[in-house]
Amino acid sequence: MKKSVNIEIAYTHIITRKTATFIAAVGVAIGVGVYLFMNSLSSGFTKFSRDNTFVSNAHIKVYVKDKISSTIIPHSSKTSYIINNSQILDLSKKLYNPDQLLQTIKNQPFVINALSLVEYSVNFRRGSSELKGSAVGVDMNEYAKMFNTNKYMIAGSTNSLKENLLGVIIGQGLAKKLSLQMGDNLTISSNEGVIQVLKIVGIFRMGNPSMDEGRCFVNLSIGRQMLKTSADYVTTLYVNTVDPDKAEDYAKMLISYTDYEVENWQISSAELLSADKTRIIMMGSISLTILIVAAFGIYNILSSTINQKINDIAILKAIGFNGTDVIKIFMLEALIMGVIGTAMGLLLGAGLIGIVSNIYMGGPVGYFPIYFEFPLFLKSFILGIIIILCAGYFPAKNAANVDPVSIFRK
Amino acid sequence: MTKDPILKAKNIVKYFYDPATFKALNEVSFVAYKGEFLTLMGKSGCGKSTLLYCISTMDTKYEGELVLNDKLVTGLSPNKMAQIRNEYIGFVFQFHYLLPEFTCLKNVMIPALKLNKLSHQEIEERAYQKLEILGLKDQAHKQANKLSGGQQQRVSIARALINDPAIILCDEPTGNLDSKNTQIVFDIFKQLASENGQTIIAVTHDNDFAKASDRTIEMADGKIIG
Ligand SMILES: Nc1ncnc2c1ncn2[C@@H]1O[C@H](COP(=O)(O)OP(=O)(O)OP(=O)(O)O)[C@@H](O)[C@H]1O
Ligand SMILES: [Mg+2]
Repeated sequence: MKKSVNIEIAYTHIITRKTATFIAAVGVAIGVGVYLFMNSLSSGFTKFSRDNTFVSNAHIKVYVKDKISSTIIPHSSKTSYIINNSQILDLSKKLYNPDQLLQTIKNQPFVINALSLVEYSVNFRRGSSELKGSAVGVDMNEYAKMFNTNKYMIAGSTNSLKENLLGVIIGQGLAKKLSLQMGDNLTISSNEGVIQVLKIVGIFRMGNPSMDEGRCFVNLSIGRQMLKTSADYVTTLYVNTVDPDKAEDYAKMLISYTDYEVENWQISSAELLSADKTRIIMMGSISLTILIVAAFGIYNILSSTINQKINDIAILKAIGFNGTDVIKIFMLEALIMGVIGTAMGLLLGAGLIGIVSNIYMGGPVGYFPIYFEFPLFLKSFILGIIIILCAGYFPAKNAANVDPVSIFRK
Repeated sequence: MTKDPILKAKNIVKYFYDPATFKALNEVSFVAYKGEFLTLMGKSGCGKSTLLYCISTMDTKYEGELVLNDKLVTGLSPNKMAQIRNEYIGFVFQFHYLLPEFTCLKNVMIPALKLNKLSHQEIEERAYQKLEILGLKDQAHKQANKLSGGQQQRVSIARALINDPAIILCDEPTGNLDSKNTQIVFDIFKQLASENGQTIIAVTHDNDFAKASDRTIEMADGKIIG
């Protein structure tokens, strides 16, 4: 009951000042709407770039790390040392017992998919043109299952490697640069000096230049041949997990099973992640600034409301309302404006997201990467309300401190 | 009639510092009794309103002591004083009257809603009664700022009565009223004092009004002179 009279007063103030309430609400709406939209945009970009990362990167990779030779080597005499230039030791990149390790990894509850492959550098040659790139020798069907590669094939299929031992699948960018088409032959040479002439049986487009212009897929046995290695040679294990965000923790768990380097995707894609981070911080701070500016609007409107209502405040205090009651009344008014404004803002944001998500970008991007994300709606709502309550508090506090006698004397 | 003191003012001194230090109340002491209809007279600027604000507990920046119903009020917390005002003191202002966006009925009801001792319906019935006494029942649902000055003043008297306060303080309550309504207000005050035992302290410039009251306190230059 005591509460209800404060509510009644706040409510009456709001409905007798519809225009001011509406203007305040619009201010909040623009702030919240833009905040929601920009954060959805940022989140959409992040999701897009992450999806892009996982087109060709596993959540976790296991491989042999380059070893650097030590600069000081104790001499056999034990009284002197050999000083040496530190350099990469030309040790083999071979993983020992890869099948057993692969099996252990596959048995982990958090692993959805894992496969083994050989990765190596190659030169692509056609006529007098030569390009550097990398080759992956792999069971292409398993690889396609893991990375959904069929989605990115623009000619041929991932299955065709199985049927053509001497086949190769290349990216669209490489095909363009070397004017290659399906069925053409491509000369590939490895650092080990092995040269293979392979027939193009598939062309992909993943929307990522380093893949589209530099990566080719060959059969595992061809890969091993080009590295002059034996039949169980494997350089890398790819592991996909249930939750890429936890890849770092999973990687730590896998370390206990192997001495090889276990690297989660956040490390291999650090550059990309830092770009994401920069964008998130930038968009976040810009949108937050807009929200704060909107809060100043609310502050202004509430301050002027309180100045106009100073007589009423004095009367309320004279008839026995205390400072806390006055704060409650004006905070409630701020809250009502805030809820109306925030609700309008969410609608505005949703409208903008709806419009932009229908813009077709073409190419590998497709539609503009922006989505309706409930957590962002919730976050915008909560933030909107909090900021309005903060903006409302100071004018309300001033109102609570009004000295009725000084008003009555005027 | 037994004389129970309800309000005691002891050596109240009030200074104003702006524009220059000025002693508006100079050691004012008096006692008001239960069921007494007191009037306060004096030239304009002699400190009547200032005294009223001090004893209403709204102004706390004075020296001296204020005792209400045998309890020292001076120095209580603002919240406690607000509660005392709500329950024990009715105030009729000299100039500012009502909350403009609310109906007359709501204006009268608000102190009782704040006190929160009766149901909403009981409060509404009481508010109608008070408005009826002041001849304003037909205006109950009009918005307060759509009333004439005299009507507004009468609504504010009705509001001061709603919680049956022990003390009703009025600053020129009939200043805007015609002789007929002045008589009505006078009769109401008389009745409240004699029948309900409520104490009225009213500032007035109206000699007849003062003469007809139980007792008149005369002020000049911040002092009580009789
Ligand atoms: N805020 C203030 N600052 C300085 N002086 C003030 C202030 N308020 C009142 N005064 C002075 O105090 C004195 C008493 O004022 P008060 O309002 O109590 O007079 P009053 O007796 O009610 O007069 P009236 O009959 O005209 O209402 C006056 O001289 C006035 O100028
Ligand atoms: Mg006065």
